[in-house]
Parts: sequence; C-alpha cells; structure tokens
Amino acid sequence: MGFFIEVLIGGLLAGVLYSLVALGFVLIFKASGVFNFAQGAMVLFAALSLVRMMEVMPFWLAFILACAIMVALGWAIERIVLRPLVNQEGIILFMATLGIAFFLDGFGQTIWGSDVYTLELGVPKGPMFIMESLFEGGILVDKLDIFAAVVAGGLVLALALFFQKTKTGLALRAVADDHQAAQSIGVPLNYIWLIVWSVAGIVALVAGMVWGAKLGVQFSIALVALKALPVLILGGFTSVPGAIIGGLIIGAGEKISEIYLGPVFGGGIENWFAYVLALVFLLYRPQGLFGERIIERV
Amino acid sequence: MNLISPAHTTGRVIGDVLLKVDNISLSFGGVKALTDVSFDIREGEIRAIIGPNGAGKSSMLNCINGFYHPQQGTITYKGEARKQMRPHDAAAQGIARTFQNIALFKGMSTLDNIMTGRLLKMKTGFFAQALHWGPAQKEEIEHREFVERIIDFLEIQAIRKVQVGRLPYGLQKRVELGRALAAEPDLLLLDEPMAGMNVEEKEDMCRFILDVNDEFGTTIVLIEHDMGVVMDISDRVVVLEYGRKIADGLPDDVRTDRKVIDAYLGVSH
Repeated sequence: MGFFIEVLIGGLLAGVLYSLVALGFVLIFKASGVFNFAQGAMVLFAALSLVRMMEVMPFWLAFILACAIMVALGWAIERIVLRPLVNQEGIILFMATLGIAFFLDGFGQTIWGSDVYTLELGVPKGPMFIMESLFEGGILVDKLDIFAAVVAGGLVLALALFFQKTKTGLALRAVADDHQAAQSIGVPLNYIWLIVWSVAGIVALVAGMVWGAKLGVQFSIALVALKALPVLILGGFTSVPGAIIGGLIIGAGEKISEIYLGPVFGGGIENWFAYVLALVFLLYRPQGLFGERIIERV
Repeated sequence: MNLISPAHTTGRVIGDVLLKVDNISLSFGGVKALTDVSFDIREGEIRAIIGPNGAGKSSMLNCINGFYHPQQGTITYKGEARKQMRPHDAAAQGIARTFQNIALFKGMSTLDNIMTGRLLKMKTGFFAQALHWGPAQKEEIEHREFVERIIDFLEIQAIRKVQVGRLPYGLQKRVELGRALAAEPDLLLLDEPMAGMNVEEKEDMCRFILDVNDEFGTTIVLIEHDMGVVMDISDRVVVLEYGRKIADGLPDDVRTDRKVIDAYLGVSH
C-alpha cells in the first residue's frame, strides 16, 4: 500500500508539471480559438531568458525582467503575426504558430546560447520521506516536486482570481464565449488578445522555471509541449480545471501503468501511455472530461 | 437611468436629433446592401426600421454600431460626425444593442451575462478587484445591485443563476435585453427583439420596450417584422427595400403608403 501511494504521489507531482504547460495552451485557445503550437517554444525561451539573466542579477530581478520579456513577446506576436491574420481559418493560424515555434527555438538559442544551463532557484532538492508514521519506511518524494506543486497551485489560484473576480477576467470570459457580443458591450478584442498572450507567456515562464530546475534548461524542454497534447485531449481544450485534472491523470497514470503494467509489456510504457489514453478519449469522449459538450440543435 | 425611481413618468419628451444617418452606402463586393440611405433618430423616441427580408435593416444597425463600415456617407451621433467607428468605441459612447440571432455568453449564468454589460462602468484596478479589497468590494456591490434591479425589471429572478445556453429562446432574448440595459445606454438598438416568440412573450417584450423608453427616456431603434407591434409601439418608421429608403414617417402614414404596400404585397405587372 505504501509503495502504491508513493508511486501515485510521484505521478501526481510529475503531472502538475504537465498541467502547467497545458494551461498555457488552454488560455490562448479559449480566448482566441488559436491552437498555439509555440507554447513549448515559449516555455524554452522563457526559461533561457531567466537562467541567463540570473547569471548577472538576483533571481527576483531576473524573474521580473523575464516577465517583461514574455509580455513584450506576446505583444509582438499579436501585432506582427496574428493581427494581419484575423478572421482567417483556424488551420492558417495554427500554421502561423508553428512558424513562431521554429522562430522562437532558433532565436532563443541564438541570443541566449544553446548549452544546458543549470537553474538554481535556491529551493531544497533531493528526496525526502513523508508520512513515516503511517507507512513503514515512509513515502519517498522529491522536495523539488513539492515545490513545483506549490508553485503550480499558487499560479492556478492567481489565474482563478483573475478570471473570476476582475473586470479584465470577465471581459476575457466574454471574448472566449462570443467575439461579436463581446465587442458590442465594449470589449476591444485586440487588447484582450494581448492580455491573453501575456498571461500565457507568464505561465510559460513559470512552467519553464520549474521544468528548468528539474531537468536543466535545454532544448528538450520545448518538447515537453508534446506531453501537453494528451493532457489537453483528456481535459478538454477549453477548460482550465480540465488542464489541471488532465495533467494529474496523465502523470499518475504514466507512473502507475509503468510499475504495474510495465512488466507485461516489457517496460517503457511511460513514453506512450499518455498518447494511448488520449486516443481512447478521442474515440469515446472527444470533447474531453471538462470541455464544452458538442451539442447541435437541429 | 435609475431603475428604482424613474426620472420622469409624467410624459414622454421627444428631443433633438440624437443620431443622423446621411447618404449611407454599403456594399460587399458587388452586392449593394445599402444605397444612399438617410434618416434621423430623435432623443427619446422609438424608431422602427422595417422592410422585407434582405432589405438591409440589420446592415443599417451594424453600420450604426460600427460592425460594418459604410463606403459612403456619414453618421452623426451626439453632434459628432464620423465616417466609421469600431464596436467598442460605439459601446463606450452609449450605444448598446441586441442581435437577431441571440449573441449571449452561453456558458455564463444570467447574472454574469448581465454583469458583462457593466464592464465599461467598472473603474477600480485589477489587483484591488482580484483581492476584493476596499473600494473594489464597494464597487462590485453597486454593480451587483444595479444588475439585480434589471433582473427585477425584466422579471427574470427565477433564472438568475441558470446558464443561459439552457434557457428557452424567449428568455434568452430577455437576458440579452438585460445585458444591453446594464450599460445604461443612450441609444438602444434592438434587432428583431420579438422574432420567434409566441403572442404572450411578444406582449411582455413590448411592455419592456415601452417601459424602458418611458421610464428612462432611452432612445430605441427597433427592427421588427410583426407589423402590428411596429405600428403600436413606434413613433416613426423607416421603410427599406433592396437597400433603399422607400418611406419614412408616422406609422399611420407609412401603413397607407403605396410603395410600402407594394413592397410587402408585391406588385402585379
């Protein structure tokens, strides 16, 4: 029992990281209907900016500057790429974000360097035991994973407050629901898209920070985005809670299946489990767990 | 506009020209939606725009609130002439509207939908709102009270918390009117507010429109197909056909106008 819980907790904590990346996708998709393939590149770019600036300045200053960079980037993407393409088909916008992804991968590594950088956040790392009184030998968790979970929790709380309690949040939800109606009540769409890309940029920064601390800041972080795809299919492309629950399910599912089903298949399940699960969902519940039901009135 | 104690209930006052449309022409590629249309809307009146399907009525509303930009002509609103305007500017200047095919935020509750109409009135900053701090809390309570008054006014207390996507059509139309009213508009554009309603719902909607106009002095522009309704509630009527104005005047004059009768009934050649 103790071992199962250990695997479960480890999986959930890993899942938190997937949720973080998936969140960025959901924010942009909800507000503008654009599937932003560049989210992974944004995570890498943000992490690189942060880690390289931390070499010459304290963490908090680097973090604020990195936030500013991500907001500026969001602004530039909205102005240069998306505004000229307004009212185009979804697939065209998707292709545009594919272009942004390649550009950002290259651009980031050109200005910040392409080595592997260690990101030291000054938080405790390494394994520790919890709940020793409950289970024999306790449960082994990584301190950094717990830190990541706390950060993710804080971010989700901040986003929830932003969406539910502020004027801008209300305007955002309005735009997400109906562009035309939102304009008629006085919401300027461009301004909202700018906000959304900025928020997605900051979410990317947080995700990059946590992933970077765990794996080191390197190109493979950009590929983390691929793990967010099954999370989105599970949770639904338009649901913030869905992104979180989806991430947790994928994270826990991966680890548990690796341990308990792994021996049957000869191991290596962790790498494909998420995609197979997503495939099953596509067959039986294409809108995801929390996505808006696809209802057609005849 | 004050929903508790109406400013004037004694008599309606039709004031000066609030909005003037001069020689508006609008085309989409080769299709002419509007050709050289001019008319005016006076403060405090209920002005109907009628015409057969495809006459350009909705296009006219879309020009007024900035969704469409006419190629020619000017629109003078509150004494200021402009060639074009964006929808959110129009909203900021006191023009609110409803849509022919209801455009509500389907995932939100009735209350939240009407609350979005207050967006332009919200002043406190972002962090204060997020943390629900001091002035933000006070402001939210004020907006909430205003919204509750609209809900009472439109008699939709029972569906306050219901997600609007689940509501029947007639109620959705009412919520949409509520959202427009929440902005305390000077000019209210209603695109077929009674389309698809049964007799009872139409009567309710008529009453709301008349009350809004009567009690708050809101100027209303209305597109409607039900001739009985139009003739009963409007002060003046513009008639469009194939994007041109064919008549303009009091309901009784328009009703007996030869061109209007021909447009609606067809002419035998």
